[in-house]
Order: sequence, then C-alpha cells, then structure tokens
Amino acid sequence: MLQPIPKVQDEPHTDKRVVSKINGADILVKALRDQGVDTVFGYPGGAVLPIYDAIFKQNDIRHILVRQEGGAVHAAEGYARSTGKVGVVLVTSGPGATNAVTGLADALLDSIPVVCFTGQVPTHLIGNDAFQECDTTGITRPCTKHNYLVKDADKLARTIHEAFHVARSGRPGPVVIDIPKDVQLTPGEYVSPAQVTHKTYQPKTMPELDAIERAVELIADAQRPIFYTGGGIINSGSKASESLRKFARMTGYPVTSTLMGLGAYPASDPQFLGMLGMHGTYEANLAMHGCDVMINLGARFDDRVTGKLSEFSPNSKKIHVDIDASSINKTIVVDIPIVGDVGVAIEQMIKVWEKKKHSANKAALAKWWAQINEWRAKKCLAYKKSDTIIKPQYALERLRDLTKGVETFITTEVGQHQMWAAQFLHFDEPNHWMTSGGLGTMGYGLPAAIGVQLAHPGKLVIDVAGEASILMNIQEMSTAVQYRLPVKIFILNNQWMGMVRQWQELIHGGRYSESYTAALPDFVKLAEAFGGVGLRAKTPAELDGVIKQMMAVNDRPCIVDVCVDEKENCYPMIPSGRAHNEMILNSDQDISSKTPDEGLVLV
Amino acid sequence: MTDQIPQVIQRHVFSVIVDDEAGVLARVVGLFSGRGYNIDSLTVANVNKEQGISRITIVSSAVPQILEQIEAQLNRLVPVRKVVDLTSTGPMLERETALLKVNSTGEKRIEALRIADVFHAKTIDATLQSFIFEFSGTNEEINNFVELITPLGLIEVVRSGVVGIARGSKAIF
Ligand SMILES: Cc1ncc(C[n+]2csc(CCOP(=O)(O)OP(=O)(O)O)c2C)c(N)n1
Ligand SMILES: [Mg+2]
Repeated sequence: MLQPIPKVQDEPHTDKRVVSKINGADILVKALRDQGVDTVFGYPGGAVLPIYDAIFKQNDIRHILVRQEGGAVHAAEGYARSTGKVGVVLVTSGPGATNAVTGLADALLDSIPVVCFTGQVPTHLIGNDAFQECDTTGITRPCTKHNYLVKDADKLARTIHEAFHVARSGRPGPVVIDIPKDVQLTPGEYVSPAQVTHKTYQPKTMPELDAIERAVELIADAQRPIFYTGGGIINSGSKASESLRKFARMTGYPVTSTLMGLGAYPASDPQFLGMLGMHGTYEANLAMHGCDVMINLGARFDDRVTGKLSEFSPNSKKIHVDIDASSINKTIVVDIPIVGDVGVAIEQMIKVWEKKKHSANKAALAKWWAQINEWRAKKCLAYKKSDTIIKPQYALERLRDLTKGVETFITTEVGQHQMWAAQFLHFDEPNHWMTSGGLGTMGYGLPAAIGVQLAHPGKLVIDVAGEASILMNIQEMSTAVQYRLPVKIFILNNQWMGMVRQWQELIHGGRYSESYTAALPDFVKLAEAFGGVGLRAKTPAELDGVIKQMMAVNDRPCIVDVCVDEKENCYPMIPSGRAHNEMILNSDQDISSKTPDEGLVLV
Repeated sequence: MTDQIPQVIQRHVFSVIVDDEAGVLARVVGLFSGRGYNIDSLTVANVNKEQGISRITIVSSAVPQILEQIEAQLNRLVPVRKVVDLTSTGPMLERETALLKVNSTGEKRIEALRIADVFHAKTIDATLQSFIFEFSGTNEEINNFVELITPLGLIEVVRSGVVGIARGSKAIF
C-alpha cells in the first residue's frame, strides 16, 4: 500500500539559498504544532498513512482515535465550542471523507471553527475512479466555509496556515484540506504561520462608529426594548459575554437568547427571559413580539426564532449586529445594520452610552417590566408532576439541582430532550452548552461530549440524550472507554422519537408512522458491554440516587437510562407558520387547528 | 415598522473579481444553485495573468432583497476579492456577442444580408446556402436581431453571455 518514500534532500552545506525541505506529512504535523494544536480527532486509512506515520514519531500532538469519522468532526466541534480554539480532524479519502460530511455541514450552520484534513489518492490517479477516490472538494464545497486540494508540497504549509486563518476569522466555520498521498511523501518547503498572511480574506470586524451612535440613540429612547442575543456572542469570545452583561445591567433591559447563545447571559439573572423561538418561553416570545426596539446581537433571525416572517415583531425598530454581512436583511429587514464583531460593537455601545450620559427611560421601562412579569406569571414551563412516573422535565430539574456548584458542560442530541435541556438546565457561563442548532444532527452529543471532556479533563461533561439519537453514534462509547473519559450520557428514554411523535400527534392526526423504536437495546448492558457503567432510573424516587452515582464515576463513560413518560410533549410551542403571539402553552390547546396549511410544509 | 422593500423583479449585472484558482467558478455557480438564485448569464475569463485574477460577469434577475443577498453571499466566498453591482453603482455598459448561422436562398438570403447590414453585423463565413453573422450589442439588441433574422433561415445561435463595465474614468479594481 505504501509507496517508496522519496529521498529527503540533504541539509545544504554551501549554498545558502537552498531551503531544507521536509516531506508533506511532516509539514502537516509541524504546521499543526505551530498553530498551537494539541489534539487531533481522526481515523486512519490508506490515503493518510504517511501522516499517521509522522504522528507516530512525535509526542506534541495527541491523536484521538474515534470509531467513525462523523464522530471525529463532532468531537472536534465539541472541543472547539468549549475552548474557543479550532478543532482539528484527520480522515482518509473516499469513505473517510464522506463520513465526515455531516459534521462539516453541522459546523457550517453553527459557525464552528474546524480544520479537517482528508487524504486523497495520489495526484496522477485523481479523476480515474481510483480505489477510495471521491471528489472531496466537490462534495464538501457547499458544506464548508472553504476547501483546498493541495497538489504541491511546497504550498502545503502555507495552505494549512491559511486554512486556520479562514476557519477562525470572521464568521467561523469548517475548512477542508484535501491532500493527495504523493504530496504527503514529497519534500516541500516549510513556512511558519508568521510568514503567511491571507492575500484577500480579511473580514471586517470593526463596526462603523456612526451606526453604533445611531443604534445607541435608538436604544436610549426605547420604551419597550429587548436584547435578542445569539451564538455570535459565544464565538466572539468571553469578553463579548462580559460586555453584554455589563451593557444589560447599565440599561436594565430584558435579555433573551437563541438556542446557540445560551450561557452568554446568565440564566439565573432576573433580566433573563429565557430562550426564544419555537420552544422558547412565553415571556421571551411575547416581549419580542411587543417590543419597540429590538437589539439583535450576533443572532441571525433563524426561522426557528422568527416564526411567521410577515408577523414577526411588527412594531419594532431593529438593530442587527452581525460579523457576516449576508446575515443582515436576509429574512428580516432591519433599521440599523451593523457589520462587525459583536463583542467590539457592544463595547463601543457601552462607551457611547457612557459618553453621552444616557439613561434608560425609567417610567417606560417599569411599565414594560410589569408587562413582562405578567407574562412570566403564566409559568409557561410548568408541567404536571407525578410520583409514579419520571417526567423528563423533572429529571432535568434534578440534574440541574444536583450539579449546582459543579462546573458542568452540557451537550445534547436532537429532539424533545434537547429543547427541555435548553429550557430546564440553566446556563450561566458561555462555552458550557454544546448543541446542534442549525443542522439539528442526531448523534452529535456523544462525540461532542468526548471532545469537550478531552479539552476539560476532570470537569463534569454530560450528554443529554434521547434513546433514538444516541444510537446514531453509540460506537463512540468505545472511544470514551479507550481514553478513560468519564462522559455521562443521560438518556431521557421515552421509547419514541419524541419530537417526531409530538408533531404526528399534533398535526398529523395521531398517525405515528415509524416513530416508535420497537427493539431498543438494554442501555445498561450496552454500557457494560463497551466497558462503561450503566445505570437506570425507573421511578422519581430512584432518580437522585442514580444521578449521584453517575456523578461519582470518574474513569469511564456512564450511561444513565432514565425511563421517562413517553407521552410528554414539549411546550410552549409556536406552531409552524404562526407568529410569536400565537404560541401554545400546553396540551389543552389544539395545535392542528392553529397550524395553517402553509405551516404544514415547514419543518 | 421597517417598510419591506417592494417585491419587484429587477435585472442586475454583477462584476466579480476573483482569484484565479481551481474550483472558484464551481463555488460561484454552486452558490447560485444552492440558494436558488437565477443566473441569466455568466461569463468568466482571466484578466490579469501575473496577479492571477479572473473577472466574472453575472446577470441575475431577482427582487431587491435577493439582489442584496447575492452581493453579500458572493462577498463571503474566500477567493472573491471584490463584488460590484454594476447596475446599482452607476451608469454602465454591457455587451454580448452572438454568432448566428443562417441557411436560406433566394429572397430570404438577400433579406438576411440586408438586415445584418442594418444592424452592422459582420459576415464572418459564407457558403452558397449559408452565412454566419457576428453581432455585438446589448442583450436586448441581440434579442431584436435574433427575432428579425429567425424567419429568414436562422438555424443556430451561440451567445457569449454579457460582459459589463462601469462608465467613466474610474476602474473598479
Ligand atoms: C440525523 C437525523 N435524522 C433525523 C432527524 C429528525 N429528527 C428530529 S428529532 C427526532 C427524534 C429524536 O428522538 P430521540 O433521540 O429519542 O429524542 P426525543 O425527541 O425522544 O427526546 C428525529 C428523528 C434528525 N434531527 N437528525
Ligand atoms: Mg426519544
């Protein structure tokens, strides 16, 4: 399988102009080291053997062997999202690359910086339908921020440094570097990151001061303001979260957050209204609907957030800060667009606010808060408690209370459990909540938790899972066991694809087409078979004990099978195609009559 | 509160300056197909070998909000150096070249030649039964020419697609 390694040029003795060259695989490892990479998630194969050989010969970069390439990308996402660094992936050609595609699309939609190296068949075989050949750059073009095929070893180092720059700059995202096997074995010139600046890609991060000033004017004049914050604040870095907190306190205005932005503003703060959107809180959605000034900080008016576009917050002036100009006026036309880094923008807003000695309109604000508190009093997240059956919401409340005071990182799969986790687990710090928001990828949570745990050894990392989702990447249990990672998999086992069942119940006449998993594994035995710990809670009385047992496991993964009420639905809910003020609070209200025909086509 | 921009479809000409690297055209075309934008016409050619720069001219018809999106989305592509919406920026010139093969005899053949002459089309190939005319003009002028010559034996047309440039003394790049 291996080709003869071309002779590396001898060190030059006399001619100073000759630069020493190392082969492509060694260039890659050196470039990673110079980029400050300490961990690579990957899976070997024929087209990357020279790179694995180079990894074998060094100790600076730790390679984590996943069990499926899709797991590698999600693990890198978890690592990236919880550290603010770029996540790195290494996979082979053909099936290795295609398995990585879901993760790349996930990272693109959630703006997660990832650099993914894919092996490729040797240059002279490209286009020949060679063994394990696929058009990797073609396949990944629409699901990456950028990608490269490197055909010349002399350009490899430069390309890698550029790729890291592209992945982390502006709106972050995944970048693929496809490296033919012969390039990995050919000597090339190494250049350091300092020697490389991208010739054209320099995204604008400084907002226009003039727009900031107009925005602050509008903010100061507001009677019914709201901060609508998103994942951009997390991406901007912890300073952006600090600035947001400061600005919110200075103004006294209410704050809501998207799914991706949770943690940027502390959930425990009284100014926080909870998450907004399809399964957001009543108070957050009605405040969005009724506000007169909306301050969008690093969110993108996603369809899960806006509901029916034509009735979205009809009476507000809108400010939108986004580092990606294409996010502005894409679906919602705004009054004051601000292109730039959201952290910088908030800092500037604070400066202008202070300089102009602004203060909030006390009387109007008091009235607004009175209104909001009325909405809050609805207690939209209330659910029917039970002594006999575990309600999923109750399980999460217990998890929240028993982990209080312990630094905890939460990842999720996709479904009802994900929405309940967003509603019931309270996040007070950024980078502690990792979920697949944009793509909604079942199977994200376990590998992401592995990435998080590797970046934060000794910390509590929990994947809040559904029994259907967890089976999509269950093989990564084996990875967790290999590296003695004590990730916790907290399965809210309702035996159904709950979110699918909920939609079928509410808008498809209760025809439960293929949403029941008839042959689930015994998750306790499954955990044990992998070499982890398996626990089960069947009654509310057992729950606390099981959670404590789970938290005590510190040297291997632990699956907790929480048998929850299979009929529970996730509320509140804005039916598809409806506006914020048409939310449904509980099962007493009929959704099918509230879902307009045009809503049926929406997802 | 913000008035939504009126939903009238407009035809705009974009100039896109790109690094001349592998896959750049696929990125641009993929962006249009992936996001469901129209391409009325697309041309591309290298315009500066030394600096490795190509210039793409794209004509697209859409409502103003989408036209704004097209510009912003093109700007996101890493190898794109500059995007100019020539139609919005100011007075501009656009040209397209068409080659038309006309097969006819007798009266029709004479009439075809006469029409070509009126339009200042060049005759670049001739046989006893056919002509090939070369005609440059705006998209609309070519449409008119094609319309007139069609009943006179037009059997084949090839069009280059539109290229555009802003009027005046300033270069866009
Ligand atoms: C890869 C993938 N396939 C299909 C879906 C559609 N989907 C969304 S939620 C869901 C059900 C998830 O079930 P489970 O993991 O048990 O979570 P629950 O809703 O029951 O909490 C499905 C099938 C998806 N999001 N991702
Ligand atoms: Mg389920």
